[in-house]
Amino acid sequence: MPIFSEMTHKYLRAKKKFPNVWCSGCGIGTVMGAIIRAIDHLHLSRDEVVMISGIGCSSRMPVYVDFNTLHTTHGRPLAFATGVKLAKPNLKVIIVTGDGDALAIGGNHFIHACRRNIDLTTILINNSTYGMTGGQVAPTTPFMKIGTTAPYGNRERGFDISKLAMAAGAPFVARGTVYHVVQLQKLVEQAILKKGFSLVEVISQCHTLYGRLNKEGGPVEMMKWQRDHAIPISAAGKVPAEKLKDKFFTGVLWDIDFPEYCEEYDKVIALAQSLAEGEGVRVKGKERE
Amino acid sequence: MKPPVKNQRLMQGNRACVEGAMAAGCRFFAGYPITPSTEMAEILAAELPKLSGKFIQMEDEIASLAAVIGSSVAGVKSMTATSGPGFSLMQEHIGYAYMAEVPCVIVDVQRGGPSTGLPTKVAQADTMQVRWGTHGDYYAIAVAPSSVLECYEFTLRAFNLSEKYRTPVIVLMDEVVGHMRERVILPDPDQMTIIDRMKPTVPPEWYQHFEINPHFVSPMASFGEGYRYNITGLTHDPFGFPTEKPEEIKQKMDKLKNKITHNLDDIIQVRAEFMEDANIAIFAYGIVARAAREAVRMARERRIKVGLIQPLTIWPFPDQYMEHIQEQLDLIIVAELNQGQLIGEVMRVNRGKTRVSSLTRYDSELITPDQVFEKIREEK
Repeated sequence: MPIFSEMTHKYLRAKKKFPNVWCSGCGIGTVMGAIIRAIDHLHLSRDEVVMISGIGCSSRMPVYVDFNTLHTTHGRPLAFATGVKLAKPNLKVIIVTGDGDALAIGGNHFIHACRRNIDLTTILINNSTYGMTGGQVAPTTPFMKIGTTAPYGNRERGFDISKLAMAAGAPFVARGTVYHVVQLQKLVEQAILKKGFSLVEVISQCHTLYGRLNKEGGPVEMMKWQRDHAIPISAAGKVPAEKLKDKFFTGVLWDIDFPEYCEEYDKVIALAQSLAEGEGVRVKGKERE
Repeated sequence: MKPPVKNQRLMQGNRACVEGAMAAGCRFFAGYPITPSTEMAEILAAELPKLSGKFIQMEDEIASLAAVIGSSVAGVKSMTATSGPGFSLMQEHIGYAYMAEVPCVIVDVQRGGPSTGLPTKVAQADTMQVRWGTHGDYYAIAVAPSSVLECYEFTLRAFNLSEKYRTPVIVLMDEVVGHMRERVILPDPDQMTIIDRMKPTVPPEWYQHFEINPHFVSPMASFGEGYRYNITGLTHDPFGFPTEKPEEIKQKMDKLKNKITHNLDDIIQVRAEFMEDANIAIFAYGIVARAAREAVRMARERRIKVGLIQPLTIWPFPDQYMEHIQEQLDLIIVAELNQGQLIGEVMRVNRGKTRVSSLTRYDSELITPDQVFEKIREEK
């Protein structure tokens, strides 16, 4: 029986929607807790937060939280989020997505959201597999790992999500794990505060499917793996190269500034209207500021 | 010489369509370039910011309709425009908008298909895709203009229907209607009826985003207005939470159907010309109806009792009107720019009451008045 703190409870649709669909020991609930604590710590109102997801285990999160929630189609939450944010830029739009959702069927939307740089906060929960449909290989499954659709070993390479996001133009890219939960909350807070498109990749565990198929143990063993393989980005350059094999960096990996799209579009509106007024054209109803 | 008429303009169909959209209150467009609809995106990229609206070019048509739905959920009247190949990609989110009951308008300027087909040539081969394109049970609303002025009026009406019934509405145009230029006098927007979605009057704790009520249409709060609700494409209960209870599933599916089928009189529009004494009817929509109109005139000069039935809403199909009018008819000629799609609907309603004959053309050229007239002479 899960026990929520009083603070967390305020943000949950506790009476309506629990128990949840996630397996006990799954990492997604931990990520949800970190997001809620980040929102609470930043004093965002529940009315101004929009949580948008696609399809998959992680994408079930919006149902459980008491925000404006939009559970969309497979792979497309970023495209829906683009419309929501442009329509009401004052809303804080948080996207919760999985590795299959964001990078396979939604890969195109993902790279263009990175490039376009609308002020969206994307929490990408990476468990290296398709959980909802039963353990098939994902675009993040490492080479030679087992999935139900790769019973002889995955012969493809997995995406490096953070590098992909950086290359596609995302100005803020971070990586955390379910194990490093305090750090995770801080990364989510930084991502929400960042003006522009921000990505937090969260390394999570699916012990029910991926862990069982690949003999990686239960949730405890898989979280220990996260602990033992995560290296803070601050230690980069200090750790000898041979110790970096099979490891991954955590923390804020990339943080640059680039003009945010909604702010740029306000300039488009101002320019279009000043040109139109210059031509003596009647500009109707400036109803949306 | 005629005196000059005030406010008359030479205008393209695609332009009239977006003028109608803006008059209806559309302030968001997301789209992807595709012939023969691209002018709409280009015009709105320039015009929407003048109205403090927004335009965005997305990475594909799937994303375009997703952004449109997102914007509408946030409270802004929104649309997209495309043609056959893009319309195929939009089917996923047409289903989503229908299931999640999000008002939005999708313009399909039809071109020759299947596949990439004939990008710059006319066709009416998406007629059935509009009705059956998305998966699952679905009741479509689609309006079909045949002139530049109708592009304006029908797009405005599409927004009204969409807002009134909280459902996606298709404006089914074609390459010729979209690209031709005609003299138009646009109606004064102040004289047009503009319908906005119904807003909730209850406090947030009582609010149900998919409330079951006798009108089948639920009031719609926007994101950020203090009503924190869930929207999903999963089958859901009146609160918007996923359900697998058979009675709730049936309730939802009936609601979706009934809000269309209980309002057919409000939604369906048919234009009947010379039908009072007709024993032959030409059934045609869009640009083909205009060739048929000329053919009817030619036939009437020769005292052939022929009339024109032009469905202005192509979906829902005008079953009731056809049931009634076919009692006086011997023959219905269905003229369409495809290999025979609407004729199936006409025959479904007809059930052998009259002869039904097909006039089709799918070689990228228009059906001409002479062709329709010849068909009348052959068949009468």
